[in-house]
Amino acid sequence: MNMVNVGRPTRPEGEAPQDPGARRSLSGGRGLLQDEPLLFELEGWDKTGVDFEPAEHDASDLAGLTREGQIGIPGLSEPEAVRHYVRLSQKNHAIDLALYPLGSCTMKHNPRLNEKMARLAGFADLHPLQPLSTTQGALKLMDRLAHWLKTLTGMPAVALAPKAGAHGELCGLLCIKAAHEAAGNGDRRRVLVPTSAHGTNPATAAFVGYSVTEIAQTEDGRVDLADLAAKLGPDVAAIMVTNPNTCGLFERDVIEIARLTHAAGAYFYCDGANFNAIVGRVRPGDLGVDAMHINLHKTFSTPHGGGGPGAGPVVLSAALATFAPAPWVVSGPDGLTLVEEAKDEAAQAFGRMSAFQGQMGMFVRAYAYMLSHGADGLRQVAEDAVLNANYVKARLGDLMTAAFPDGPCMHEALFDDRWLEGTGVTTLDFAKAMIDEGFHPMTMYFPLVVHGAMLIEPTETESKRELDRFCEALRLLAAAALAGDADRFKGAPHLAPLRRLDETLAARKPKLTWRPESLSSSGEAA
Amino acid sequence: MRYLPLTPADRAEMLGVIGAADIDALFADVPAAARKRDLFDLPLQAGELAVERELSALAALNRAAGAGPFFCGAGAYRHHVPATVDHIIQRSEFLTSYTPYQPEIAQGTLQILFEFQTQVAALTGLDVANASMYDGSTACAEAVMMAKRVTRREKAILSGGLHPHYAATTQTIAHAEGMQIVRQQAAIDAEAAVIQAIDAETACVVVQTPNVFGTVTDVSRIAEAAHAAGALLIVVTTEAMSYGLLKSPGEMGADIAVAEGQSIGNGLNYGGPYVGLFAAREKLVRQMPGRLCGETVDADGRRGFVLTLSTREQHIRRDKATSNICTNSGLCALAFTIHLSLLGQKGLRGVAEANHSRAREMKAALEGAGVEVLTPRFFNEIAVRAPGAASLVEDLLADGIVAGVPFSRLDPHAGLDDVLLLAATETTTKDDIAALAAGLRRRLG
Repeated sequence: MNMVNVGRPTRPEGEAPQDPGARRSLSGGRGLLQDEPLLFELEGWDKTGVDFEPAEHDASDLAGLTREGQIGIPGLSEPEAVRHYVRLSQKNHAIDLALYPLGSCTMKHNPRLNEKMARLAGFADLHPLQPLSTTQGALKLMDRLAHWLKTLTGMPAVALAPKAGAHGELCGLLCIKAAHEAAGNGDRRRVLVPTSAHGTNPATAAFVGYSVTEIAQTEDGRVDLADLAAKLGPDVAAIMVTNPNTCGLFERDVIEIARLTHAAGAYFYCDGANFNAIVGRVRPGDLGVDAMHINLHKTFSTPHGGGGPGAGPVVLSAALATFAPAPWVVSGPDGLTLVEEAKDEAAQAFGRMSAFQGQMGMFVRAYAYMLSHGADGLRQVAEDAVLNANYVKARLGDLMTAAFPDGPCMHEALFDDRWLEGTGVTTLDFAKAMIDEGFHPMTMYFPLVVHGAMLIEPTETESKRELDRFCEALRLLAAAALAGDADRFKGAPHLAPLRRLDETLAARKPKLTWRPESLSSSGEAA
Repeated sequence: MRYLPLTPADRAEMLGVIGAADIDALFADVPAAARKRDLFDLPLQAGELAVERELSALAALNRAAGAGPFFCGAGAYRHHVPATVDHIIQRSEFLTSYTPYQPEIAQGTLQILFEFQTQVAALTGLDVANASMYDGSTACAEAVMMAKRVTRREKAILSGGLHPHYAATTQTIAHAEGMQIVRQQAAIDAEAAVIQAIDAETACVVVQTPNVFGTVTDVSRIAEAAHAAGALLIVVTTEAMSYGLLKSPGEMGADIAVAEGQSIGNGLNYGGPYVGLFAAREKLVRQMPGRLCGETVDADGRRGFVLTLSTREQHIRRDKATSNICTNSGLCALAFTIHLSLLGQKGLRGVAEANHSRAREMKAALEGAGVEVLTPRFFNEIAVRAPGAASLVEDLLADGIVAGVPFSRLDPHAGLDDVLLLAATETTTKDDIAALAAGLRRRLG
């Protein structure tokens, strides 16, 4: 892709020459990879790819209220639109292409049956406010999904409404806040969160007006019980602990953590992002958890969709159940019904998380996934996820430094960057070089408690062959880094659709929309 | 189990490499008291055919919107979505990727997010838009909290035309953050009433157009009053198709516009997943919630896109973040962008006009049937007087008609039990309208 460099940052000084074997085409094409302009540069200002019946009545009754002039949105005919998006699609990595070991994100195979089921007209073409007598199948599905979630977690109640993990955290903390207020303990304003937590935990606590105190971690990657005990007190509303935690380790002392927390009059919120590691083998309810969100897009494999939609139902202990937000699915004389405000059974509901009743499209997919796996398959899911992660840890542990080498990990293997010391290669460089090898990088620099963290979550849907292919590639890369071939890493990726992007420039001069006068359309691109 | 590739031989070999005696050894950190030996009391695994049978049976218990005359709106609308949209969003590269954390291998998603942001900014008439929120209601709550950050004031005034679920969501979330939420009495045409409520403590006023009763309002005067008091105007839209015909929020002085984007590209799905639109004036960009995609260049100077201004976000700023949102509505935003790029401004205008035209027909037919229409100016939805609206809707089901949403379902305390909300879109036929009018005439006449 030919580009005049005027006014643009050039390559960092001293960098190795770009991909010496690569040749540039004359037109900017690149084999199967097509250069594709922005929609707005295709300039279909008078085009539409939709045939519609002309309106019979005008909008004269809306005089003075209608929009005059151009809206600023071009159109494409159907073939042009298909090309535009298919060309763009080919610049994305995807689980369907290769292992996607993004730790904490659980990038597992998405069964296509679930897509087909979610598209049944009886689910997809169902309005959230049509009479409940016409949506009994949907309510039954929600009720059965709730039953599975309660059984798998050993918890008596579940709020289905939250739309993603962070939204579930918010729901859980609002339940806790409501419970404290109902008990006259509204002055509890502090939440304890380990330093290793997902960023959403402290953000959520702050969102509901709580202050956040960090809990220290032990050398073996777990919550420091002594520090927890010291920080618990009459002003603490809750602790938020991820289990298995973000280091990929099971909190061995979790029952003691719960006991200490309850003894201090606080609630135990568990971040259930990693529930996939224990599903079918361990019930959070047996660990003393009071509230936990379940990312249906992780454990129960609803597709990640380039960043959502997710779903984050929250299971609740008996102490919190009555505060769950509206709506509730309940049984009545005429079948299932929805209690849509704080009344009747739901009299203590703390409020509402969003319009309508949650991510039904995700419920259908997750329920299909559960039915497919069954009690036996779900247990196997956890076992294979843990087995695969430990296998990766074992296969790479001699070259790369495991952050917590002693004992097994759960569903993800965490490495640090001690092994890269002196090579001139950073975690970022290593991750970018993985792209050239055809893999998505692992989660980098998270959790924050491990220096140069590399968090690898293979998931249970990887075959041994693919794991071996992945481990072989990483071993070759690690050997290259240790052998002093830093150039391979510094300029990486060389073989991706683009090379490293200048994120500083993006943040310094934010350009968040296409505008006619923008750099992008000024004709600089030759 | 068809989704699990490991064979028993693989598992044995891998345990050997790990040096573990058996799988239980890998769960050794779980306290003994919490280890479940037995399978849970749930059905065992099932083949594709069996699962398909069970779910199809559940789906068959529901009455799909498209099965007959259908007039529900009130925040979710049935529109025709071109087949191309669903085909493209099911491509592996879009369906099975995640948040574009590694921009070099996510330019497909990133470029589309940039296009999405540009489309949303154009629709709302504002400068910048984010890469989507969960839905319109949560976007509304986020906008109110953003107004607190911008103005450092804590009072939000919610107009009586705001969708009651949006008001309840905002009340729940913003109240928890310590804001004072003033929710005005539900009213069909009372957007101007918010002007009187604005004072020097007001962080924002939240006004919906078309409102929950379908009323279209020029909010310019509200904008002037809010700005004079140092408050922000947040304009909510639950029917994104209306952007094709009506003055944009930005044109009328909005500082923040939020919307439910479901109408464009996304099905009804019994309430979700949907896609929240969030746009604002450029000077407010650093207080915005959610992900933002921005343009930059790569090491060779080629144009590319990255997630940017992430110092606002939870994974960097933790408890100082502008929001806790992480996963948003990526695939729904993609569907929105594809549908809108098929429509273009020409098609959007055309479909919006067709919606309005159908609604005019509906209004005329209902008035002809003796039904009182309460909404003075509307896009594709009207409120009508229908005593016993809730039971009336049940009665009309017997005729095969889903006759809209009784307002009491959204807000049982408003004293508007005789108000029925009816929406018509381009999917509504003349026969549907005739059937509705006949049914209402029979029962109300």
